[in-house]
Amino acid sequence: MSAKTGDAAMSGLVAVDPKRLAGQRLTERIFHGTTLAAALLVLALLGGVIVALLHGAWPALARFKLAFLTRQIWNPVTDQYGALGAVYGTLVTSVIAMLLALPISFGIAVFLTELAPSWLKRPIGVAIELLAAVPSIIYGFWGLFVLAPVLQEHVEPWIISTLGAIPGVGVLFSGAPFGIGVLTAGIVLAIMIVPFIAAVMRDVFETVPDVLKESAYGLGATTWEVIWRVAVPYSRTGMVGGTMLGLGRALGETMAVTFVIGNAHQISSSLLDPGTTISATIANEFTEATTKLYSSSLIALGALLFVITFTVIAIARLMLLRLNRRALSSV
Amino acid sequence: MSRRIRRKIVNGLALGMSAAATLVGLLLLGALLWSLLDEGLAHFSMNVLTRMTPPPATPGGGLLNAIYGSAIMTLIGIAIGGPVGVMAGTYLAEYGRHARLSAVIRFVNDVLLSAPSIIIGLFVYELVVVPMGNFSAISGAISLAIIAMPVIVRTTEDMLNLVPQGMKDASTAMGAYPWRTIMSIAYPAARSGMVTGLLLAVARISGETAPLLFTALNNQFWSTSLRLPMANLPVVIFQFALSPYDNWQQLAWAGALVITAAILVLSIAARVVIARLSPAKGRR
Repeated sequence: MSAKTGDAAMSGLVAVDPKRLAGQRLTERIFHGTTLAAALLVLALLGGVIVALLHGAWPALARFKLAFLTRQIWNPVTDQYGALGAVYGTLVTSVIAMLLALPISFGIAVFLTELAPSWLKRPIGVAIELLAAVPSIIYGFWGLFVLAPVLQEHVEPWIISTLGAIPGVGVLFSGAPFGIGVLTAGIVLAIMIVPFIAAVMRDVFETVPDVLKESAYGLGATTWEVIWRVAVPYSRTGMVGGTMLGLGRALGETMAVTFVIGNAHQISSSLLDPGTTISATIANEFTEATTKLYSSSLIALGALLFVITFTVIAIARLMLLRLNRRALSSV
Repeated sequence: MSRRIRRKIVNGLALGMSAAATLVGLLLLGALLWSLLDEGLAHFSMNVLTRMTPPPATPGGGLLNAIYGSAIMTLIGIAIGGPVGVMAGTYLAEYGRHARLSAVIRFVNDVLLSAPSIIIGLFVYELVVVPMGNFSAISGAISLAIIAMPVIVRTTEDMLNLVPQGMKDASTAMGAYPWRTIMSIAYPAARSGMVTGLLLAVARISGETAPLLFTALNNQFWSTSLRLPMANLPVVIFQFALSPYDNWQQLAWAGALVITAAILVLSIAARVVIARLSPAKGRR
């Protein structure tokens, strides 16, 4: 570089063009402002959802008041609506799903972190994550055409003749094998959330420092003891958080349930009977809602679902907040 | 029985059960994919990709209008949700990394990330469909944008946080304004991660059904107007699967196969991109 161009570069550094500088400053302001506005939009979205739901639900809430929550009736002909049947179905299908999915997901997570040879770890892990990406409508579709007939012909008759005969709990498993119903919806939901919960749990397990596990092995603990007494207590918050995230999914899931629940608003004592959930009711009836009160009641159901899932998800997120965010990238 | 033997038995039982659980899980999921392939391929033909949705109980026909509608609405959804999400993620990672406001936004974003999609559908119905007076493709695209946004916010922030602070500091020390540093240093360094986020968001919204049921609705005919209802794969699958007509049900199988294959390809592509980003951390 000659002395001359060096001087030019020097002077270029010292004497900054004021116009260009002002331009840079303006761009900076605009850029900063745009990013901030976008970030605030996230907050506005949540606020907007709450306002829109309350606004839409208002006619129904004003008409039925608290009775909306406690009545089972759902009659578009007489324009009388109550949420109890749908809320019951939502909670029961989710409980069934969690009861089935939790042990299986826990088993998969244990297998992936502690048992699987390293050549198996990656393929199974990737398969689980890919299956978590399959859209829920596929699960519902499959549930209706493949799972429901199998349950109806082989599983439900057996359940009725064995579990249904037990005094007390037998009521839950009585009736006719329809194939579709609350139990089937719970099973489909379980199959859908297993990959999700398993992936979160595996991520949580992997945050356990190796040193902790190695010291337990060093003391002579078996693999199971290391998992149960070291890894599980260490990652308790994360596991509960991941589980509740799965629960949030199950509670709000629409398509996987709508196919196989049977759409009955009466609460039936038997799990084999058809029922409905909040989201299935909205999905099935919203475009057919003829009166204002009808569609308002459906939006009120949506508002109710929002309150339930928001609470569950918020608690889950607060529990997961303490964990390293990077460790949970698959959520 | 000695304590040692009992511990060994418990260990064996527990580990055996966890291996069994994995087997059960994989078998169920394998069964799902198998029936999808089996039935889907049986009813798949070029017609599925080249013909319109047929009237009930009429042989022939395909899913062309539904595939087109899904593609258009997904694209518009990403075109709206993508830039907004990237900008919001940029704020969280760069400008307001430690601000209290960011902690709140992060939390709200995480909640939106797992919020039931049907509620987003209701929201857009109140926000767009009611004022417009009819169901429309644009309202469907907006609801997809709202679902895609939190995913993109999250991955953008995570990926920008991975860019070494030293690189950004070097740029600042040269006299660059933050926007210049972000555009010329942070974005190029985080590019593949951000692309992954976009791909994952596309995968997520292209299978969404619930929010489209009462925004885009469905359309039996070819329509490219964004102001009118538009056919889309998920809603067509839903409607056809629950119909009593054989030809509709068979098309539903083919559609389910198409959508699943598309999403799996997208997810795998996202994985390949991220594996290239960090060969050392290529675990997922």
